[in-house]
Amino acid sequence: MQARVSIRFKDGVLDPEAAAIEGALRGLGFDGVRGVRRVRVIELDLDTNEPEAAWASVERMCERLLANPVIEDASVEILKEG
Amino acid sequence: MNAASTIVPEAAREHGLSEAEWHRVVGILGREPRPVELGIFSVMWSEHCSYKSSKRHLATFPTKAPWVVQGPGENAGVVDIGDGQVAVFKMESHNHPSFIEPYQGAATGVGGILRDVFTMGARPVALLNALRFGAPEHPRTRHLVRGVVAGIGGYGNCVGVPTVGGEATFHRSYNGNILVNAMAVGVAEKDRVFYAKASGIGNPVVYVGAKTGRDGIHGATMASAEFSEAKEAARPTVQVGDPFTEKLLIEACMELMATDCLVAIQDMGAAGLTSSSFEMAARGGCGVEMDLDQVPVRERNMTAYEIMLSESQERMLCVLKEGQEAEAAAVFEKWDLSFATVGRITDTGRMVIRMAGETVADVPIDPVAGASPVYDRPHEPAPPRLPFYAERLMSEEAPGDALLRLLGCPDLCAKRWIWEQYDHMVMADTVGRPGGDAAVVRVHGTEKGLALTTDCTPRYVEADPRLGGMQAVVEAWRNLITVGARPLAITNCLNFGNPERPRVMGQLVGAIEGMAEACRALDFPVVSGNVSLYNETDGRAVQPTPNVGGVGLIRDLGRMTGIAFDAPGLALLLVGECVGWMGASLYLREVLGREEGAPPPVDLAAERRAGDMVLGLIEAGIVRAAHDLSDGGLAVALAEMCMASGFGACLDVPDDNLSSTGWLFGEEQGRYLLALREADAQGALDLARNVGVLARRVGTTGGDTLILGAEPPISLDELRARHEGFLPRLMNGGA
Repeated sequence: MQARVSIRFKDGVLDPEAAAIEGALRGLGFDGVRGVRRVRVIELDLDTNEPEAAWASVERMCERLLANPVIEDASVEILKEG
Repeated sequence: MNAASTIVPEAAREHGLSEAEWHRVVGILGREPRPVELGIFSVMWSEHCSYKSSKRHLATFPTKAPWVVQGPGENAGVVDIGDGQVAVFKMESHNHPSFIEPYQGAATGVGGILRDVFTMGARPVALLNALRFGAPEHPRTRHLVRGVVAGIGGYGNCVGVPTVGGEATFHRSYNGNILVNAMAVGVAEKDRVFYAKASGIGNPVVYVGAKTGRDGIHGATMASAEFSEAKEAARPTVQVGDPFTEKLLIEACMELMATDCLVAIQDMGAAGLTSSSFEMAARGGCGVEMDLDQVPVRERNMTAYEIMLSESQERMLCVLKEGQEAEAAAVFEKWDLSFATVGRITDTGRMVIRMAGETVADVPIDPVAGASPVYDRPHEPAPPRLPFYAERLMSEEAPGDALLRLLGCPDLCAKRWIWEQYDHMVMADTVGRPGGDAAVVRVHGTEKGLALTTDCTPRYVEADPRLGGMQAVVEAWRNLITVGARPLAITNCLNFGNPERPRVMGQLVGAIEGMAEACRALDFPVVSGNVSLYNETDGRAVQPTPNVGGVGLIRDLGRMTGIAFDAPGLALLLVGECVGWMGASLYLREVLGREEGAPPPVDLAAERRAGDMVLGLIEAGIVRAAHDLSDGGLAVALAEMCMASGFGACLDVPDDNLSSTGWLFGEEQGRYLLALREADAQGALDLARNVGVLARRVGTTGGDTLILGAEPPISLDELRARHEGFLPRLMNGGA
């Protein structure tokens, strides 16, 4: 079973890299961009075939390591095949 | 006062205002505050911004000397370093944010202290950090060390200012509340120093730098309250730093300062737009009108409350000369930073804030900024402790083994793992690298050097706050002397627990008294500083930690000394008295597991005599190496010199009534270990006798082992292995 974790800054937290991308796009003449958000995606191959067990274990991984709960939100997707 | 206002509303309590403070707010306004006003009072009267518990005691610090250009009360202190140049410096805490989010907390601490320095017109040239972590075996310690060190390195390295020194020690009292104190030092032209004093009715108030977001709202109030387990879960107050924007801001401010546009400038630090606008207006005795619709924001729908209290990083507030906005705007546009005229200086003495056509705050400035509450909190002295001499010690451990244990202990072990992550050489002016007594940076393009150090021995302060406060100052003084610098002035960062507890308040009062006494005796005034209280978790306070940041001037870098002796066969001279003082010593704690006894006494007159004499010898060019004696005493000092130089040494252990433990590991103050050529040694001893300083020959350099009297020799490799081993092992998971 595969899991996909998407990690992004919480609303209101400064993202210097996204701000730099936005500025650079504008510099290149792409005027139509109103906002840029950067999202980190981590894909995990898991031994279990139980979606609920997979979910619980990935949530724990997010809390302990994958995301920084102080400034980031993590969302978990469980993908059936993988 | 109407009936409703006699009851303290929930909102006031949530804002950390006491009942008396709430009534004072209502009295000042003649009505109940609007929400934005409540937020303003809350942050401006927080301990962090108002120094309400410490103010009356801080006033006892000596702050003047002929070379002091600006003392406390500005963004940073300023001292004259000759040739029309000044050094600008300050130390500040970022303890609470660093405990919650170590990387960003430490990084933004570095960013904030840099802004305090370049806002005065000084180009930052060096950073130092005094770090106190919990016990190495505590489950959070490793995570916090890793994050804090990476954050300091990440920000400092990106912004291109070398991190050249500091301290890192460990004690269980910091398990739930680490201390991260950052110090920045800059150099400016004496006639181009800028101050944060608003003036000129009608002058525009201008916002520059990064945009305002919802980060760090109420950081100042958070820094003024204790931690608890529950509070740790609620954490909306972390700011994220952007060192590249800071670099742009440094260059833009330097460029603006070269024009003739600027009247006043201040960093938006804790309490952001609120504290910067109120403090600048209060210093200038004027009023301000601000229109928050003009403030550059990063997010939509931000309220006036959020804009006034945001602690977004990399922002400055300036007062410009009227009519020169366009010239200044061009500078910030060039560096791709926001620039907005957000208000005007008025003569009303009031802060009037509008947003969307509505007045959201209208308060008199002085009672908020200048006349905030001042408390004389009850304080209780620490219970006296008994002296503790070496005779009473019964240790099975051989002196050589005790030395190895001390060199490898968390407080004394090599901090290479930390400082190797810092770019300590950027700018190419670092001449005294981390690991010595004081770091040294060249004043660019000259033969002068600035010597920089941070010092404090918290276990001494805990045992006897007054003596501990004195000791922090004299150790900084000695560390500057040993590199050949004339000590100029200090900044400090006083980290204590909850001042509402008389015992904690007693520590603060005692430490300030001791520091003030030492500064007076040594002509070593305090020119800037910061107080961080409520460093507690669930009622357990940290060890009292009044960190001292010392700055000294080396007139000729050719005469600079270090701890490494450069040849075998040099005479080792011990300056200062030996009595075998073991109370509150590192030996007692690390070898015998006991944290007790009175700390070593400090004789300020003797410190001054010894320091002046050692500096004279160094300036005369006859000292080949010098080291201050502190933690671990004579044996540790000599071992550190050997490791730094690659030569061994032979140390005499006198057969007199002083036990060898006391001789080797006692922590008497006012002592130095010097290495001189044989031909110069007798002259130095004669000079010492003439000026009334005790000095004696204690050994000779040479070989590749350290020999302590009749003990078996210890190879330099073994010393290094123990000294270098601890931190990498801890950080790689062992310890």
